[in-house]
Amino acid sequence: MRNYEIIFIVRPDVSDDDVQKLITQMEGVVASAGGKVEKVEKMGRRRLAYRVEKQREGFYVLFYVTGTGDTVKEFERRLKVTDAVIKNLTICTDDDLQRAAKFKTLRTKQEAKRRRSKPAPASAPPPAPAENVQA
Amino acid sequence: MPVPREGAPSGDRPPRREGGGGRKQYFRRRKVCKFCTEKIDMIDYKDVRLVGEFIAERGKILPRRLTGTCSTHQRALSEAIKRARNIALLPFAAGA
Repeated sequence: MRNYEIIFIVRPDVSDDDVQKLITQMEGVVASAGGKVEKVEKMGRRRLAYRVEKQREGFYVLFYVTGTGDTVKEFERRLKVTDAVIKNLTICTDDDLQRAAKFKTLRTKQEAKRRRSKPAPASAPPPAPAENVQA
Repeated sequence: MPVPREGAPSGDRPPRREGGGGRKQYFRRRKVCKFCTEKIDMIDYKDVRLVGEFIAERGKILPRRLTGTCSTHQRALSEAIKRARNIALLPFAAGA
């Protein structure tokens, strides 16, 4: 199982009710294809940076999905078939999340190191245990 | 000849002579990586406000020498920009 981010653009002339209908429909697709919808986010109507299928605006919908490659395959196939969807993009977020976690741990480690190195010379407890070892 | 030359710096343009010390004519702030200083681990392509700062007027990705981004983050940034372009959040080529 992997984490995916699927973002797609719905035509601007589709009503809000129909967008909601499409979202529930796609949630069903994920469930039937053995995946799990973690979160759905409606990013709202936005101006497109370039024209897509003669549209200058679009309604962005973002799905956070856990599942296998087959889940995504089925999802993308359904998006392609749906006329209201003009563009879609799927991103596997596993690598990104892993890298972000790595950076975070690295940083907390460094911060801890910096904090430890500062008070240590002032209180100077390390020499005491060293003497014990020698004795 | 020497007389007008000595008179020129003091009278004509004193601010330039003061700041640069003669070598550089203007002061350039040292650039640091925005993602390092603000501790942004993951550059999100959906954050158009952030990613959009790093593209030029025509939609090109700005080079590191102009923005001061570190190499790790420049790599991640270019990926984010390309993703954003793909979903029409940023232009491939802007302007006329």
